[in-house]
Amino acid sequence: MAEHDNKGKEKVFSRRDFLKTSGVAAGGIVGGAMFGGVVGSLYQSDEGTQTAETETDTEGASSEGEVLDDARTYFSRGEDFETLSAATEKIYPEDDNGPGAIELGVPYFIDRQCSHFWGRNSREYMMGPFDYTAAETHGIQSKMTRAETLLFGVRRMLEISREEHDDDFANLDEDTQINILESFESGDVDITGVRSEDFFALLRNMTIQGVYADPVYGGNRDYGGWRMIEFPGPRMGWGNDIESEDFQVIDPEGLRTYQGGGM
Amino acid sequence: MAEELDKVDVVVVGTGWAGGIVSAELAKAGKNVVALEKGEEKIRSDYIGVKDELRFDNRYDIMQNLKGDTVTSRNEIDETAMPIRSPQTMQIGIDTGGASVHWAGATYRYWPYEFEMRTQTIDRYGEEKIPDEMNLQDWGITYEEMEPYYEMWEDTAGIGGEQDPLAPERNKPWPNPPMKETPSLKLFKDAASNLGLHPYQLAAGNMTENYENPDGEQLNACMYCSYCTRHGCDFDAKSDPIATVVKTAKRHDNFELRHKANARRVLYDEDENRATGVLYVDENSGEEFEQPADVVVLAAFAFSNNRLLMLSDIGEQYDPETEEGTLGRNFNGQYNHAFHGATGFFENEKFNLYMGAGALGATLSDYAADNFDHSDLDFIGGGAIELRQYGFAAISSSNNVPEGTPGWGKEYKDTSLHYAYRTLTIWYTANAMSYSHNYVDLDPNYSDQYGDPLLRVTYKFGDNERNIAQFGIERCTEIMEEMGADIVEPGSVPDEFNHSYTGGHYTGGVVMGDDPETSVVNSYLQMWDVDNLFVVGGSAFPQHGGHHPTPTIGALAYRAAEGIQMYMDEVEGQLVQANSRRRSV
Repeated sequence: MAEHDNKGKEKVFSRRDFLKTSGVAAGGIVGGAMFGGVVGSLYQSDEGTQTAETETDTEGASSEGEVLDDARTYFSRGEDFETLSAATEKIYPEDDNGPGAIELGVPYFIDRQCSHFWGRNSREYMMGPFDYTAAETHGIQSKMTRAETLLFGVRRMLEISREEHDDDFANLDEDTQINILESFESGDVDITGVRSEDFFALLRNMTIQGVYADPVYGGNRDYGGWRMIEFPGPRMGWGNDIESEDFQVIDPEGLRTYQGGGM
Repeated sequence: MAEELDKVDVVVVGTGWAGGIVSAELAKAGKNVVALEKGEEKIRSDYIGVKDELRFDNRYDIMQNLKGDTVTSRNEIDETAMPIRSPQTMQIGIDTGGASVHWAGATYRYWPYEFEMRTQTIDRYGEEKIPDEMNLQDWGITYEEMEPYYEMWEDTAGIGGEQDPLAPERNKPWPNPPMKETPSLKLFKDAASNLGLHPYQLAAGNMTENYENPDGEQLNACMYCSYCTRHGCDFDAKSDPIATVVKTAKRHDNFELRHKANARRVLYDEDENRATGVLYVDENSGEEFEQPADVVVLAAFAFSNNRLLMLSDIGEQYDPETEEGTLGRNFNGQYNHAFHGATGFFENEKFNLYMGAGALGATLSDYAADNFDHSDLDFIGGGAIELRQYGFAAISSSNNVPEGTPGWGKEYKDTSLHYAYRTLTIWYTANAMSYSHNYVDLDPNYSDQYGDPLLRVTYKFGDNERNIAQFGIERCTEIMEEMGADIVEPGSVPDEFNHSYTGGHYTGGVVMGDDPETSVVNSYLQMWDVDNLFVVGGSAFPQHGGHHPTPTIGALAYRAAEGIQMYMDEVEGQLVQANSRRRSV
C-alpha cells in the first residue's frame, strides 16, 4: 500500500514507515506510556480489500515507534490532553470495523487545529457585544475561541470526573465516561462563557473531522479512517467509473500522493 | 486622506459572474474599465493539487473572512439582531470570481410565469390568492425579453444539457450535450417516469466536452472528480469567471483588475445626482483611494450591493412600519434550502457517491413555477425536484445515518460506515417570496473593522414557504418510495428561519421593476434615481425564483452591460421609461 510514497527518494522515514515498524497499543495514550510516543496499532490493508490486522504491543511504545510530529503544541497540561484523548475515543471508538480516534491520531489533529486559524477563530467576527446565551438559532455567540472552548470544556470534564468519581476522566469506566459526555451533550453542565452542548458539538465534529480529513492534518493515520469508510481520496477524476453499476473499493491516496509526493 | 486616482470610464465593484460579465463586455467595447475585488487574486493554479475536503468544505477556504465584516440577523422587527460570527453559518464567496468560482454549476432559466408572477397569478387565481404581506412583483421584464441574454450567458459558460420536456422550446440547443448518467440518477428518472412525471438531465456548468466559448476561451471536459461545490475547479472544466469572463476582460489593455480593493463608499454628487466614483481601501496597505469614473457599477454579492448604497446614502431606505422607501425592500433568497425533500437508505445498493460533479443531477419541472394547478393549494409558485451526485468526501459521507441513530459512539460508527454510500437525498428548490416584514438595513449595534455599521437582515418565513415545503416533501417522498429505498425519511418543515446563511443564494433589496415606487433599478439595472449608477446581481431579484439564481444573474449582467453601453454612447438619462405609478422624478 505504500508503493506510491517516496519512490526513488533517499531514505527518509515517513510517518507511514514508522507505523509499519511499530505496533503500539491504542491504550498507550493514557498512563505511563504517555511520553513514549503514541501511535496507532499497525493497520494494514491488502490491495483493495478491507482486512485489517491489528498487532498490539501492550508494553508501550518503543523508541523507534515515535512519530516525530506527535507532540502537543496547544494543550499544555498532560491531564487535559489525556481527558481529550479519552473523550475522542468514546466518540469514535475502536471496534470490529477498525481503529478508534486515538489510534487514528485524532487527539493530535485536534491539538493542531487549536493552533490553526480555525481554533483561533481568526476568520470569525469577534467583535462585541457578546451574548453566549442568545437563542441557539443565532449560532455560536461565545467570546471564546474554539481552542479555548475545547480547553475549558475538557477541564470541566476532568473537574467533574474528580469531584463526582474521584478519578481522572481517562481512568473512569466506559459507561461513566459516556454518561459524563452525555451530560455535556444535553446542555446540563455549566461552563462559563459557552454552552456545554456547543462545546460537545465542537468536540464531536472535530473528532469526526480528525478521523476523515486528509492525513496531512494529523488524523486519519495511515488512511485508517478512509479505509473504514471506503473513501479513496482525491484523484484527477472518475470519468471512466462514474457510470459503473458496481461500487468501487479503491486503495486510498491522500494529498501528498496527489501533489506528487513532496518536493 | 484618500488618494484620488485618474478617472476611468467605468469602475466595477466585484468580479463574479455579474462584475466579470460587465467588465468583459465593456472592455471588449473599448471602455477603460477598473474592477475592484475585495478578496485575493486567484488563478487556476490556486486550485490545482488542493482537493481537500477539510480545507474547502469544513474550513471554508474560499468563503469570505468574517473577521472584519459580516451581517446581523433577526426574525422580527422588534428583536435585537445578532451577528453571524462563523463561516459555518455564513458562506459567501470571495476572491477573483467571487461566489461564481465555488458554485456547483446547476443551470436553470426562470420561467415565463416567474418574471410576471404577480400579473399571471392574479390572472389565473385572482388577487386574493396573494397574501396581504407578500410583496409579489413582476420583474419589469418578460421571459421573451430575457431569452437572448440567457443564451449569451449559456454560450459563454458552455452549459451542457438537454431540453426540459416541460419548459419553453429552446431557440437553439444547449452549447454542450448533457452529463453522464449514473445509477443513482437513472433510479430517480425511472421512478419519476413510473409516477407519470417528466425527468431530464440537469443542465450543467461542468463541461461535458472540450469547448471554446464565443470569446475564444477554452474549457475542458469535466473529469467528475467531485471537488466542485465550495471548491474551485483545477481544470477549467467548471465554467467560472476565472476561466471565462475575467480572462476575457484581462486580454484587454483597457481593463485593470485590482485585488484586495475593498469598496467602502460610492462617491456621490448630490447636486448633480450622479455617482462620481468609488472610495476603496487597499486591504494590504490600508491606504484609501478614490477611483473616479463616468459610470459606477455595483456588481457584488447582494449583501454588499445593498450595504454600499446604504453607507453612501443613495436611495431611500425601506421602512417596514410605513412600507415607504425601496432600498432594502424585498430582500429575499433561497432561504428554504434548509427544507429537505426526502432521504432514502438502500440496504441492497451501494452507489459510487464519492464520484461526481457539482451539477451532475437529474431533475423535473412538473412542480415548478405554475406548471401545476394551484387552485386548491395553499401556496403559489414551485420549483425543481432534484437528485444530485455532487461527489462527497469522507467527512460528509459520515453523516449518512437514519434518524434515531446516535451522533457518536459505537452505534454511530457502525451505522455510519454501513450507510455512507447507501443514502440518496432528493429535494425541492421552491420559490421563496418577499414580504413587507423582510428587508435589510444598517445595524444600530454592530460595526465592521472600519466602524461602519454592518448590514442587518430581518427575515422570517411566510406561510407560503412552509406550505410549499410541505408540498415538496410529500412529492419527494413519493418519488423516493418509488425508487425503492428501504428506509424513507421525509424532510421536516422548520418553524422559523434559524439564521443559517449556508445556502449561498441571497437576493433582492435593490430590486428591478417598472415602477420606482416598488423597485430601485429599471430592467437594465440602472438606478431610477441616479442615471450613471448600475446595480447588477442577485440584488435585483424581486423574489427568489424556484431554481438556483446563477444563470439569471448572468443573463441580467449581459443585459446591464448592453444598457451601460447604450447609456454611455447613445442615450441620455434613463434607459427605460418609468411607468405611470411613479410619484415624481
